[in-house]
Amino acid sequence: MKVVLQHVTKQFPSLNKKSPEPVTAVRDFDYEIPDGKLIGLLGPSGCGKSTTLNMICGLLKPSSGKIFFGEDDVTDLPPENRGVGMVFQNYALYPHLTVRQNILFPLQNLKGKDKLSKEEMNAKAEEAARLVQIDALLDRKPAEMSGGQQQRVAIARALVKRPRVLLLDEPLSNLDARLRLQTREEIRRIQRETQITTIFVTHDQEEAMSISDQIVVMQAGEVHQIGRPQDVYDDPRNLFVAKFLGTPPINVFNGEVRDGELLIGGSAVLAVPGVKAQKVTVGVRPEGFVLEKDGPLCCSLQGVEVMGRDISVVSTHPDSLNVTIRSIISAENMAEVAAPDVRFALKPFKVFLFDAETGERIRFPLS
Amino acid sequence: MEGNGNNKKAWLYLLPALVFLGVFMVYPLVDVVIYAFEEKFNFASQTYTGVGWYNFSKVLHDPYFLQAVKNTFIIVVITVPLSTGLALLISLGLSSIKPLKQAYQTVFFLPYVTNTLAVGLVFMILFKKTAYSDGMVNLLINAFGGESVDFIDGPYWAKMLVMCLYTVWVVMPFKILILTSALASVNQDYYNAARIDGTSRGRIFTRITLPMISPMIFYLVITGFIGAFKAYADEVAIFGVNLDEAGMNTIVGYVYNMLYGNSGGYPSYASAAALILFLIVFTITVINLMLSKGKVST
Repeated sequence: MKVVLQHVTKQFPSLNKKSPEPVTAVRDFDYEIPDGKLIGLLGPSGCGKSTTLNMICGLLKPSSGKIFFGEDDVTDLPPENRGVGMVFQNYALYPHLTVRQNILFPLQNLKGKDKLSKEEMNAKAEEAARLVQIDALLDRKPAEMSGGQQQRVAIARALVKRPRVLLLDEPLSNLDARLRLQTREEIRRIQRETQITTIFVTHDQEEAMSISDQIVVMQAGEVHQIGRPQDVYDDPRNLFVAKFLGTPPINVFNGEVRDGELLIGGSAVLAVPGVKAQKVTVGVRPEGFVLEKDGPLCCSLQGVEVMGRDISVVSTHPDSLNVTIRSIISAENMAEVAAPDVRFALKPFKVFLFDAETGERIRFPLS
Repeated sequence: MEGNGNNKKAWLYLLPALVFLGVFMVYPLVDVVIYAFEEKFNFASQTYTGVGWYNFSKVLHDPYFLQAVKNTFIIVVITVPLSTGLALLISLGLSSIKPLKQAYQTVFFLPYVTNTLAVGLVFMILFKKTAYSDGMVNLLINAFGGESVDFIDGPYWAKMLVMCLYTVWVVMPFKILILTSALASVNQDYYNAARIDGTSRGRIFTRITLPMISPMIFYLVITGFIGAFKAYADEVAIFGVNLDEAGMNTIVGYVYNMLYGNSGGYPSYASAAALILFLIVFTITVINLMLSKGKVST
């Protein structure tokens, strides 16, 4: 089931009496989510991603714009008629019911022609439990389970009705690091098996990048960029997207373009033909640095962190906007790193130029 | 060694509290039991003739005591479920409205901060029937073509009706307060999850809201029972101190009368009655606990 958001905007009335203008949580969200894909809504806290999710599930009504599931206009439908399954951040498992009763709960709500017999309900609940691999724990209460198991129960409860769309609100935020890795694989697997269009919200870019078919990067209610994770990483539309994606984060410098040359700290580091002379903000991915004896970018070395396969060179530069510059270099080149200075050349396709004022991307041809 | 020293210190610090508890709680309790079993106790000479169950038998054969037990049970059985149910309804209403919520909460809480005797006076005026003027309730009855009823000094059912209404009205604010906060503490996500799953309102109430607030309801039922069994001041507020004559006495009222009333000076009978009341309350509470076991989620 594809989900279409047509110019969806959500405004909340201002609680501040001094400035009565409404607060815009989501502005003009326009996107068609393809059928059967896993979509990550990504952004910092307060960027409107949860609001978007709540509008898709029907708990919130958009101030303007329309939402379609397939060809059906669901904008004015209450949540129960939309056929969505939702997993809440705190899972919202009913604590007084067993796992089985929790999973059965949505089925028992069905009325009229959808009403199921006891056997059918049990069969469906057990099928959902098997899918998330908690079929051995059906008679436990939520409090007797670990966070990861509770998460699975919540997913099973959301899936048992065979929803048209599955929504997950920060599904991994309550899990520890190891479980998080495991659970995100699990979500990916479940989504592949069920082929249900799934939308999840997260502020963790690594999480979104690792399992999504497409990511939507949002900030302050605006959609900044939509695309396949690798595409967004390799081709950010603006400085925010570039900074938000990637660990370690992108290194940002103040720079200048003069005569088709990019200058950082007065030295020409890269040829950028066709870019007019102006002040720019330069982003360089950590893997975009190449150690070179006579490299144009000269930084003072702070230290080297060995990570086995790679080494991470930490240095500083007067024009860097980050406190330290972090570059990931293959460990084979370790011998070349020596104090006090370290010199780099830059890989052109790992360097992004942004307008110094607006943060919009300035493109240059890659030779 | 050090542990021992600390132990002594701990007891030393506890001493003031223990002394007070001992003098004002433990000693009187023990004394009550002793009084209850001392037969033909003479208050003036502090002498008694024997030890046994005579006081209990005497109290249990006293028509005033039996009337008091009957009154108390009627009040308990009617007011505890009624006040808890009404409080639940009002709390649900309060938590689902937004405008004027504060105002309503204040109104419902007023009886709690109002003096019992003042409230009693208001009820007397509402329900009175004298040769000269009728209370508002009687005026209403007249308006619908009925005969005035003397609620304060008339038939037993009328007096009991006023008594129960009064009790419900007085005990409800506290229950509303507890239940509204219990309702507010239920995570909104449970309701959202239920809504997305298409749960009907009735089912949300019985399967989610009620279980979630069941510990509080249980607490209110138990304290409600105990409170209603100990009713006395409310009766005095409406029917005056001579409750035996009005036929509206309660067990605690009987105990009071045996100690200080017109027929006062019988601490043995009072103690026996108090012990009987304790046994009743204890039994009911144990039954409550057993009934709720497994049903109340914590």
